Amino acid sequence: MELLSGGDIIVRALRDAGVNFVWGYPGGAALHIYDAIFRQDDVHHLLVRHEQAAVHAADGFSRATGQVGTALVTSGPGATNAITGIATAYMDSIPLVVISGQVPLTKIGQDAFQETDMVGVSRPIVKHSFLVTRAEDIAATIAKAYYIASTGRPGPVVVDIPKDVTDPNYKVAYQFPDKVVMRSYQPSSRGHKGQIKRAAKVLLDAKRPVIYAGGGVIIDNASEHLRELVRLLNYPVTNTLMGLGAYPGSDSLFVGMLGMHGTYEANAAMHDADVIFAVGARFDDRVTNDLEKFCPRATIIHIDVDPTSVSKNIEAHIPIVGTCSAVLREMVSIIKQAPQSPDSVAIDAWWTQINQWRAEHGIYTQTRYEPSAGNLIKPQDVIKMLYEVTEGKAYVTSDVGQHQMFAAQYYLFDQPRQWINSGGLGTMGFGLPAAMGVQLAFPDAHVACVTGEGSIQMCIQELSTCTQHQLPIKIINLNNAALGMVRQWQDMNYSSRYAESLYEDSLPDFVALAEAYGHVGMRIEHIDELAPKMRECFALKDRVVFMDICVDRAEHVYPMQVPGGSMRELWLNKSEKTQ
Amino acid sequence: MKRIISVLMENEAGALSRVVGLFSQRGYNIDTLTVAPTDDETLSRLTLTTGGDDRMIEQIVKQLHKLIDTVKVIELSEGAHIERELMIVKIKASTSDMRAELKRCSDIFRGHIIDVTAATYTIQLVGDSDKLDAFIGALVDVGTMEVVRSGVVGISRGDKFLHV
Repeated sequence: MELLSGGDIIVRALRDAGVNFVWGYPGGAALHIYDAIFRQDDVHHLLVRHEQAAVHAADGFSRATGQVGTALVTSGPGATNAITGIATAYMDSIPLVVISGQVPLTKIGQDAFQETDMVGVSRPIVKHSFLVTRAEDIAATIAKAYYIASTGRPGPVVVDIPKDVTDPNYKVAYQFPDKVVMRSYQPSSRGHKGQIKRAAKVLLDAKRPVIYAGGGVIIDNASEHLRELVRLLNYPVTNTLMGLGAYPGSDSLFVGMLGMHGTYEANAAMHDADVIFAVGARFDDRVTNDLEKFCPRATIIHIDVDPTSVSKNIEAHIPIVGTCSAVLREMVSIIKQAPQSPDSVAIDAWWTQINQWRAEHGIYTQTRYEPSAGNLIKPQDVIKMLYEVTEGKAYVTSDVGQHQMFAAQYYLFDQPRQWINSGGLGTMGFGLPAAMGVQLAFPDAHVACVTGEGSIQMCIQELSTCTQHQLPIKIINLNNAALGMVRQWQDMNYSSRYAESLYEDSLPDFVALAEAYGHVGMRIEHIDELAPKMRECFALKDRVVFMDICVDRAEHVYPMQVPGGSMRELWLNKSEKTQ
Repeated sequence: MKRIISVLMENEAGALSRVVGLFSQRGYNIDTLTVAPTDDETLSRLTLTTGGDDRMIEQIVKQLHKLIDTVKVIELSEGAHIERELMIVKIKASTSDMRAELKRCSDIFRGHIIDVTAATYTIQLVGDSDKLDAFIGALVDVGTMEVVRSGVVGISRGDKFLHV
């Protein structure tokens, strides 16, 4: 058996775990590992400019491909900089392995230089973590880390490795386990057959059903099963922010996103539903609005791989713990064989009602905002243009704020994994590094980062990373010279007192900034420039293009749920509310 | 209502902090907590008491089970069970009257005097938590100097047992 040092074992184990790419940043405690990376060609390392971006890039890579993303950071500040990225992945159940260097075992606890208790600091935001104390344990620990990260409800796993454990002079036999078996962790679950049968019956009996699908469907690659189920039933489907693309956004059975900035028809249908079929969604507060007023007449079927998600916020009448793909597959087969078919009269009436809601206040049946004119560019129109120019086929990453909601509303995602955003944690600064991860995975695809001048500045240093690794992403900066969503809340709740949401004259010249990094910059101030410039941007296949687009600062995102109301209580525009 | 939850965990560094962290993170209270390795030294047995309605306890049990190091979780108080807690009380006993009264009281509660000085008695008591509370209550007039309690341990009654 081959004898290897701890550093070499880490890299070899990464290779044997199927890892091709590692995003990271070197530092003292990780240098033995970096030296091991230097001496081989199987695992490629991509140097970022800030550890947060390393984790977001690994995360973006994972969301786009379904594979586990990998990041490597050093101890102390390297580890703490990674924390926001880890928390982002944790909230959205994204499988990552983050390897952090640690000070030598002999120095742990002595407040050594660049020492941080990484296992302690990351504990509430990881699926699991390890501190490896022997070179002999590295390979098995890394194998476990990938297994835990990618199975059950996925999530980030931290592997903290003290420097002396990677000592190049201490060599041990290397063996990567063929299979990981843990008596304390056996996640596979197909769902209780009897429960699935019960749920199928309730679903077929429904008069006003809604299928409410979340990110779990995408994570578990269950979109095809969902689509098949919907085709059988002809029921309305809504997706959560994390679930966009699970069901095609351009399909007529899709009633739009639900929740705080969801469509009127999706929220009204949920509120009036008699059966809610929730799959891979977790009834979070940005969906439900006031729990007391949530969907008063609905029987709730809830499918989730994580038992703690079921009946956490909303009591499920028919809970089913299992993977989305296994349960949906079983459900499809039961419904195909069922003697009963959906109540077509009731379902037709339900669709008539939904179509009436669409006609009344739907954002897809009619433009509900003042259209762009001259120098007043509406952010919604930018997203629509992006959709048109990329033919709906781009990977779109986003940051957090108004631009994120406009992208979610107006770019109709037809495929899972096309829409990549920080839904749970709401991390500004996510979009650009995530786009790098996506572009690395799909070098020939259009990758657009929809952002704002606030978010983009949180990880803007990564424009340099794009140069180094030739990642020709396109940045669509909806520049309203304000923290748009903060400003919107200040308009709505604080009598337009704009506490620290404006930049005065401090914003950089983004065109010059992009050029300084070696990229192409464009500034768009007139609506007539938008289409030609957007086309030009995406024609520049091999270049990073930074489109700095001046948009209407006064625009708000609508619909918006009224705080403390039911799902269907919505602001439709600045002056109009639903009844 | 007091609930007793028993957990079998991998005897790994950091496992206890994950349990404690879970409770503070999710806003649950821990009233008592005891942990020690079992006869199988790769496993730790953890017993904790907490309060909450059925739904909260169900969440706690599920969340505990979700921890990767957790092998088994049961709510002991759901079925017939035995619970025990150990308490050691140091108490002023400087006069012969006081010493006689304390000895009587200790005997009534089936306690043992395990240390004696000219001025103090140290009494050990084992029982369920209510019994220990009652003993403390009986000593109110005398005034305790120091009370130390182990927290609850428990086991199911009958043939049921918690194993891997």
